[in-house]
Amino acid sequence: MRYLPLTQNDRSEMLAKVGAATIDDLFVDVPAEARLDGPIHSLPMHMSEMAVEAHMRARSKKNLAAADAPFFLGAGAYRHHIPASVDHIIQRGEFLTAYTPYQPEIAQGTLQMLFEFQSQVARLYGCAVANASMYDGSTACWEAVAMATRVTRRNRAVLSGALHPHYTEVVKTMAKFTGDTIADSLPSIQPAPDNAGLIARIDDETACVVVQYPDILGRIADLAEIAEAAHAKGALLIAVNTEPVALGAIKSPGELGADIVVGEGQSIGVGLQFGGPYLGLFAVRDPKHVRQMPGRLCGETQDAEGKRGFVLTLSTREQHIRREKATSNICTNSGLCALAFSVHMTLLGEKGLRALAAENHRLACLAADRLAKVPGVSVLNQSFFNEFTIRLGRDARQLVRNLAEQGVLAGVSLGRLYPDHPELGDALLVAVTETCDEEDIEALAAALEGELA
Amino acid sequence: MNAPNKSGWKPEMNASEDGMHQGPATVTGNRALMLEEPLLFEIGHANETGVDLPEPQFGANRFGGFERNAAIGLPGLSEPETMRHYTRLSRQNYAIDLGLFPLGSCTMKHNPRLNEKVARMPGFADVHPLAPISTVQGALQVIHELGEWLKALTGMPAVAMSPKAGAHGELCGILAIRAALEARGDAREVVLCPESAHGTNPATAAFAGYRVEDIPATAEGRVDVAALKARLGPDVAAVMITNPNTCGLFERDFKVIADAVHAAGGFVYCDGANFNAIVGKVRPGDLGVDAMHINLHKTFSTPHGGGGPGSGPVVFSEALAPFAPLPVVVEDRGQYRMIEEEDAGENHSSTFGRMTAFHGQMGMFTRALTYILSHGADGLKQVAEDAVLNANYILRSLDDLLDAPFGASGPCMHEALFGDRGFAEGLSTLDLAKAMIDEGYHPMTMYFPLVVHGAMLIEPTETESKAGLDQFIAALRGLAERAKAGDESMKQAPFYAPRRRLDETLAARKPVLAWAEDEE
Repeated sequence: MRYLPLTQNDRSEMLAKVGAATIDDLFVDVPAEARLDGPIHSLPMHMSEMAVEAHMRARSKKNLAAADAPFFLGAGAYRHHIPASVDHIIQRGEFLTAYTPYQPEIAQGTLQMLFEFQSQVARLYGCAVANASMYDGSTACWEAVAMATRVTRRNRAVLSGALHPHYTEVVKTMAKFTGDTIADSLPSIQPAPDNAGLIARIDDETACVVVQYPDILGRIADLAEIAEAAHAKGALLIAVNTEPVALGAIKSPGELGADIVVGEGQSIGVGLQFGGPYLGLFAVRDPKHVRQMPGRLCGETQDAEGKRGFVLTLSTREQHIRREKATSNICTNSGLCALAFSVHMTLLGEKGLRALAAENHRLACLAADRLAKVPGVSVLNQSFFNEFTIRLGRDARQLVRNLAEQGVLAGVSLGRLYPDHPELGDALLVAVTETCDEEDIEALAAALEGELA
Repeated sequence: MNAPNKSGWKPEMNASEDGMHQGPATVTGNRALMLEEPLLFEIGHANETGVDLPEPQFGANRFGGFERNAAIGLPGLSEPETMRHYTRLSRQNYAIDLGLFPLGSCTMKHNPRLNEKVARMPGFADVHPLAPISTVQGALQVIHELGEWLKALTGMPAVAMSPKAGAHGELCGILAIRAALEARGDAREVVLCPESAHGTNPATAAFAGYRVEDIPATAEGRVDVAALKARLGPDVAAVMITNPNTCGLFERDFKVIADAVHAAGGFVYCDGANFNAIVGKVRPGDLGVDAMHINLHKTFSTPHGGGGPGSGPVVFSEALAPFAPLPVVVEDRGQYRMIEEEDAGENHSSTFGRMTAFHGQMGMFTRALTYILSHGADGLKQVAEDAVLNANYILRSLDDLLDAPFGASGPCMHEALFGDRGFAEGLSTLDLAKAMIDEGYHPMTMYFPLVVHGAMLIEPTETESKAGLDQFIAALRGLAERAKAGDESMKQAPFYAPRRRLDETLAARKPVLAWAEDEE
């Protein structure tokens, strides 16, 4: 077996050294009735590298890759071009096959990268401090709610109806067990977000208000207005961003007054990968909240010779020190995806990020204007970045399936996201990134014209 | 035994009088291949970039009045500078690719590159999680196929694939237990964890709203069954036990414990972090487990990546299966689909809900399945056997010199545990660990489990050769002798790493957690 270096001869010598006649003598503590006497029945035996590759390739080929079709899916996961050097760097063994940097003297590569990553995320979000990553945007969102309940000592969270429904489900699932009260609602299918309705739901018991920016329908809400209303009631504003490229074009949640900013970082450096692994981003605007943050934090310090170096710090918040009193149970996070994000962000720089954002918006405007000309289609949004909602006057879910048969991946239907709400069923989310060109947009428009005729 | 140092050269040979390496100062601060690398923020510029994108056309936008005008403060580098920055940083890291990484409980085994190649096939890497089901049949098949393997290897009837890492899997298991108890109107308040448990266990139970109580250990390093049985009662929701446990031993009374917990109306959670010791040899389902997470980034070789991503699928007993989280991938006559919120009402109505957006760590599933197929049923059994043999070889090659507190409790499983008894006054496990760095090894897990003073938990894994183990043993024997003899220089170690010991107190007292321009 190619991954096992011991030879039979090695094994015999080693068994002699440990005083065992056979390998099973080392498993004596396993009760005999639970011990398996041979390889598990019915499972296949080992395969060559070539055979495994063929087996997996056959499965891969049954999927329609985004690159092989006009592609407009978003709703929390976005296709962007990833420079080749990103993937090369994350495959360097010194990054790929390292552990969490608990031994800082021999982990400065990972630690300095994390310090740079935290700094990039904090700036992108308009915050003071970001952590070293969470699993993904949805779990970061729940952790933010949990943190807000600790900070405010209140346990009611108000969720905007235009928060990604999977994020809402994660928060509601977790809250069932923590006893927190979650006030959620459905998105109002209107050209602009319903700030007034959201603000009316904030009361003196509210720990936090959770608002997606841009929201699930692609609209850009006035966070400052919500922040002011939340702060007036002593609540925190949690802003959720699922498309970080947008923040190269629109104001950061921090500068609009959000207290905790969380989101999905996948768009920068991390591929679609059918939903994971992704990258949870987590930041706070006010440094006084740092000690209530979940997850790992990397900080600057000095070594015994006075050289600058980096370590994991403030770990008295964490499970391996505080056990049941920890701020979260999180341990392994999303380090390699954080590296991919950081490398891609370094390649972009501010200039590249702004250009990338501008190109996304230009193409999205082009698409919105083209689709608006398709008979039967109306564009909902007053504002958007690279994703907007169209209404079709008929079941969008079936239409998406039909277009897939024609080789066009048209978008995400609200019916897929809100299956129990047929009143949302004619809406389709269309995301347009720099990976789309005018030909793709024309292909989508033509396919819609064909279906709706 | 192989010679530990084949060249015969040792650093002391040309050291100066004080034992340090003193060459001339360099202008750059570099020392040949040891290159100091500034922070990105010290070398990059906001107007520099490593990508070619069209110049933005400034005109009307549809941002609703929220365009970002102020500087963001994100430095960029050209592509060649980017490559150098990260390549130089990478060289300051220890990694499995460089050498033995004996972190107990972390299973730092070789990460096969076929896994990486497969995960990057476009049909896996470039597929959207909400793509129409007809266009992702191969992806769903991989999730289903891996799930079937995990069920067969654990002897459990159901699996939840979505948890994102081990601790997330623990939470999944405990939430299913709580949902099952609530479904029968049984509000229980307590979760029992052994003192030797991973920190995530009590943190998870507390996060799920339970009060955590310790279970004591016996002198031989196993759960005190009598004490556990005495504590069971109508208020105990679950016990969380790691098996093999964190002292490196198999809990031989696990089935007895499980039966007692079940008789008292509770559930058994098994922390599967140490599954590598028993994969293909023992099925946890045969021991009475109700829920167990499997760290794909340990047993099934997906890379640790400097702190993730992980993946923590959870296998369930019949009793807990109905409560598993969404989504669930199902196969129906060769077609695959997902049970999501949409059709959960008909098919999975007791689910406790959703733990994450989308469907879990697909990129880890492809890697883990690739690894599993490479080994097959026969190879996985050999994995466990070699992992256990390697650990016992280390235990019995060092226990004459280092204190092995449970060395008399029988063979260890896949990790060997030592304590600091016998070290000279003033020298600690930390000092020995830092001196290991100078010998070219990543230190073992230190001060864990908490039940052993100055614990050193060594997990070599099955992917180390005998020659590699012999060199490691020789190095550790040398270090143990120095620690026992009171070699004070160990308190200064490491000498040869990119950094000397770092001041963690300073980092925590005056936290600097992000770059600020005024540092310049």
